[in-house]
Amino acid sequence: MLKHLFSNQLQLGLAQAAAAALLACIVILIARRRQIHLESETVIALVRGLVQIMAVGSILVVLLRGPRWTGGLLLLAMIIAAGATSAKRARGIPGSFKVSTYSIACGAGTVIAVMTWLGVIDTPITALIPVGSMLIANAMNTNGLALNRFRSDVLAHRGEIETALALGADPRQSVYPYAQSSFEASLIPAIDSLRSLGIVWIPGLMAGMLLSGARPVYAAIYQFVVLAMIFAASGLTSLVSTLLIRTHAFTPAEQLALRPGIQK
Amino acid sequence: MSPASKPGAANTILSTDHLSREVDSRAIIHEITVEVRRGEVLAVVGPSGSGKSSFLRLLNRLDEPTSGTVFLEGTDYRQIVPRELRRRVGMVMQRPFLFPGTAVDNLRYGPCQRGQTLSDADAEALLTRVGLTGYGSRDVTNLSGGEAQRISLAGSLANSPQVLLMDEPTSALDESSKLGVESLILEVIGNSKLTCVIVTHDTAQAARLADRAMILDSGRLVRLGSVNEILHA
Repeated sequence: MLKHLFSNQLQLGLAQAAAAALLACIVILIARRRQIHLESETVIALVRGLVQIMAVGSILVVLLRGPRWTGGLLLLAMIIAAGATSAKRARGIPGSFKVSTYSIACGAGTVIAVMTWLGVIDTPITALIPVGSMLIANAMNTNGLALNRFRSDVLAHRGEIETALALGADPRQSVYPYAQSSFEASLIPAIDSLRSLGIVWIPGLMAGMLLSGARPVYAAIYQFVVLAMIFAASGLTSLVSTLLIRTHAFTPAEQLALRPGIQK
Repeated sequence: MSPASKPGAANTILSTDHLSREVDSRAIIHEITVEVRRGEVLAVVGPSGSGKSSFLRLLNRLDEPTSGTVFLEGTDYRQIVPRELRRRVGMVMQRPFLFPGTAVDNLRYGPCQRGQTLSDADAEALLTRVGLTGYGSRDVTNLSGGEAQRISLAGSLANSPQVLLMDEPTSALDESSKLGVESLILEVIGNSKLTCVIVTHDTAQAARLADRAMILDSGRLVRLGSVNEILHA
């Protein structure tokens, strides 16, 4: 219907964005009736997401004509932004931004570097940025899930953790079970994506490749490659993050730093 | 004398020196100075919210004092590695938190942290000491509240602490378990002459268990003396 109303592509895009955002807002209003208040967070996220993607789109137009090293700089900026975003899921844990940024850099950065070196990811910015950003975004989500789960598990098991500390346990040992379960839980979306590939969903990248004339089998295999890279990047990110965050949950005197009442 | 040490009576094992803790600019423990004598049971009593548990948590450094400090055998506890301090100053929590596994697994947790293994014989002796002979292979999920608290006490004793802190160890138990655990505490500390600081809101329980008592109110030490002087005054 919108295509009949708007002939200009930019106007059509904005109308489509408004329709999608409206649906998201309706969901939030339904949630509000159940006393779940996510209104301001969702509206800010929607506006912020739209502005950011439009800004990046505009920057990409310039960068696509620039030298290849600018791609590396852009990926670095994405990693820092991803670190800042997912660190908010670990509010109350000192140093969560540092842990998040370092973990995403290790996870997504390592996969991007290795796969670019192997030639799986092409070096032109037009290929590097979209694939790289997919890996970073998924690493960010996994990291956010891991830290959020760790935070809530630690808060829910304060008694067990302090009992372990009172028995002379190493702080890292006292939160070990919660770091493990956070790692496992954070990888559920990545595992489910791999499991359901081609059955439940056919991702946009494959559709795009088919539209641009790639052979369907190659497009399908490359889609698997991308999802496997996402799994590797997410897994490594979560592994590093749940390893590092264990020490950050404690003060230098080995007291639990995370206290109830610190808002998410 | 080194600044990290403090002279005291020869029989003082643990002492606090103007111990204070503030949370959000509110004093929850205010300038408490007290000495705990070797082998005595000191009860910390007071109404809810008076800072009893907060005071106890400062003694094994689960929380950090805002000012003042604690001396263990004359040494400022900030000079002692926290893990070693907590082994020497054990703690039994209000609610028993046990680790998944068997009763013996739980008794071995503390010694295992120092790379030591509690032998089967030692584990069984500890279980007997807390009245749970033959419970070693029991899964802790199948224990009653009273049994779990006994395992919790045995787990702390497995570390051979010099001082044992107990935070209302019977408050989460039903009446019959409460009396059982209370008489067990009396027996265990009586037999081993273990120094004990026990928090309780029950003055009758304090009178049954302790030699001396201190009364806290709004984080301040208001009275300290023998149980007879303080609780029967």
